[in-house]
Amino acid sequence: MFGQLIVSGLAVGACYALLALAMVIIYKTSEVLNFAQGEMAMISTFIAFTLLDTYHVPFPYAFAITFLFAILLAVFFEMVFLRQAKDPTVLGLIIITLGFEMMLMGFVGWKWGPDQRSLPFPVSNIETYNFSGMIISKINFWTIIVSLILMFILFLFFRYTKMGIAMRATQQNQLAARVMGIRTKRIFSFTWALSSMVGTVAGMLIAALGVLDPPMMMDPLLKGFASGVLGGMTSLPGAALGGALLGIIENLFGGYVSLSFKSVVAFAIIVLMLCIKPSGLLAKHYVKKV
Amino acid sequence: MDIKRNYYEDIELFKSNTILVWSILFLLFLAVLPWLIVKYHLLGLSIYIVNLITVHAIVAVGLNILVGFTGQISMGHAGFFALGAFSTVILVLNWSMPLFIALPIAGFVSSAFGFILGLPALRLKGPYLAIATLGFGMTITTVIKHMEFFGGRMGLQAPKLELFGTLMKDVHFYYMIMIIAVVMVIGAVKLMKTRVGRAFIAIRDSDIAAEAMGVNLTYYKTLAFAVSAFYTGIAGGLYAFILGFINPESFHLIMSITFLAMVVVGGLGSIMGPICGAALMTFLDIKLQAIQDISLIGPALVAFSQKYMSLAGISNIAVIVYGLIMILIVLFEPLGIFGFWIRTKRYWKTWPF
Repeated sequence: MFGQLIVSGLAVGACYALLALAMVIIYKTSEVLNFAQGEMAMISTFIAFTLLDTYHVPFPYAFAITFLFAILLAVFFEMVFLRQAKDPTVLGLIIITLGFEMMLMGFVGWKWGPDQRSLPFPVSNIETYNFSGMIISKINFWTIIVSLILMFILFLFFRYTKMGIAMRATQQNQLAARVMGIRTKRIFSFTWALSSMVGTVAGMLIAALGVLDPPMMMDPLLKGFASGVLGGMTSLPGAALGGALLGIIENLFGGYVSLSFKSVVAFAIIVLMLCIKPSGLLAKHYVKKV
Repeated sequence: MDIKRNYYEDIELFKSNTILVWSILFLLFLAVLPWLIVKYHLLGLSIYIVNLITVHAIVAVGLNILVGFTGQISMGHAGFFALGAFSTVILVLNWSMPLFIALPIAGFVSSAFGFILGLPALRLKGPYLAIATLGFGMTITTVIKHMEFFGGRMGLQAPKLELFGTLMKDVHFYYMIMIIAVVMVIGAVKLMKTRVGRAFIAIRDSDIAAEAMGVNLTYYKTLAFAVSAFYTGIAGGLYAFILGFINPESFHLIMSITFLAMVVVGGLGSIMGPICGAALMTFLDIKLQAIQDISLIGPALVAFSQKYMSLAGISNIAVIVYGLIMILIVLFEPLGIFGFWIRTKRYWKTWPF
């Protein structure tokens, strides 16, 4: 029972971790808290659904097209809306992402209607693997594997590629990065594209674990934020760790205490973390000067 | 003209006779509005819509005290709204209290929660505060949904109200809401001119400087949350009786966002701005929800939806327009309708130049 709860919690936590990673990538670079993350992932997932279900595109191609769409969407948003804001305040940036969220949500509701669907995913969510007594459903197993692979790729990308290093430089000091010849505006667009891709994977996994309908990302969005806060909004490994921890804690709470109040855990964690250690588990604390 | 000679001129409710006259005219207009609507169908309004606008205006003024004047972001006001609505209905239904006692109690319940939320908010700023309040708003509705005491998933039916032995109609309700709204708006205007209001504004401009000046941050930040929640709670109570039926599903994240949108579209840091914002956004929302009934555009959109989109989701156009307005306002007119008004006024004051 305990092991089962941990494993299934880890699978859900992996989705949260990906969503949190997507948010942290953006927040670290541009200090924008992306409230549209969930909906950007949702619309990409709906695109994937249409390709798979209506046009019967093979899964790898559908996946590639969805990725392309996610990149275009993010770059479009960054260039058309976010870049146009002159000296935006924190509230202004939040309002812009919220507005974009509502637009996407309205569009999906208009195009696909409010029905619940299920994403045709190559991995079944009924069959199970049996590892010496421990039973894991296939979808949970592959969710964990896919997220681990993606995290590893992200790690390699930020550590070893030129673009990744340029992104880290921009995160540290935008002005200095520009002096060094990095096109910071392009870096911002690229950051959004990267984050949108990671978010899309999270969206597809969440849709595969549950159902696909317009409000499906509302709850995971909060969980993503909670994971980010738990691990630290400015730390990528922190976000991954936070997601996994949140998934496990939530599942244990659901299993042993109360199933119906499971979603309170995320809020409790946010408040506790922010009161005890606002910078999160893995991020370094830094104080803003006046 | 704008020189203030003493302190009392600064805290006067009406800055000049012109404003006094216009305010009285506006109040008279509000008094005859139901009659105008019934007789001439002004703008296609109904009394129900005006009631809804008024309730939203109370929320917007309350939220603006927090967001516009104190500079704290809240994305959880649907939670306070739900608290107000549910406590009012439960007080009236189960404990058979009269509405005029239940409503302030609901306001205080809501403001107690605002105070509790204000405590962790003391240490938080900007984005983190947005996350925490977002979590609060979503958690409150989850808790309400899973507790039988609040009617669970099904929600509660608001009882019919009686006035002098007869059932209250929309018109009677209109006058009741409008009187409450006017009192609360005047209260907000007055509050912003007192010591408390100036402390709020000082915190917004720079909380470190405010603290250095002797403003007690703990006290005033939690107070801002409590006052804002009080306004929202009272509005929630009225909302329950306008709708006649409440269920936890309707107090979702989108509702918090629309409240925030009303304040931002109307104009941060003003009193009249959010009222205009609430009126505009509520009106647009209701009209666009039934977009297929609008002449000319409606049928075209229905045909378009049938061909390329889904007809079931056509009311989602309202959400798209809403989002677009929010973005455009931030990009082009960060002070909202109020900023537009100020610019127009300044243009005409110095006209030939």
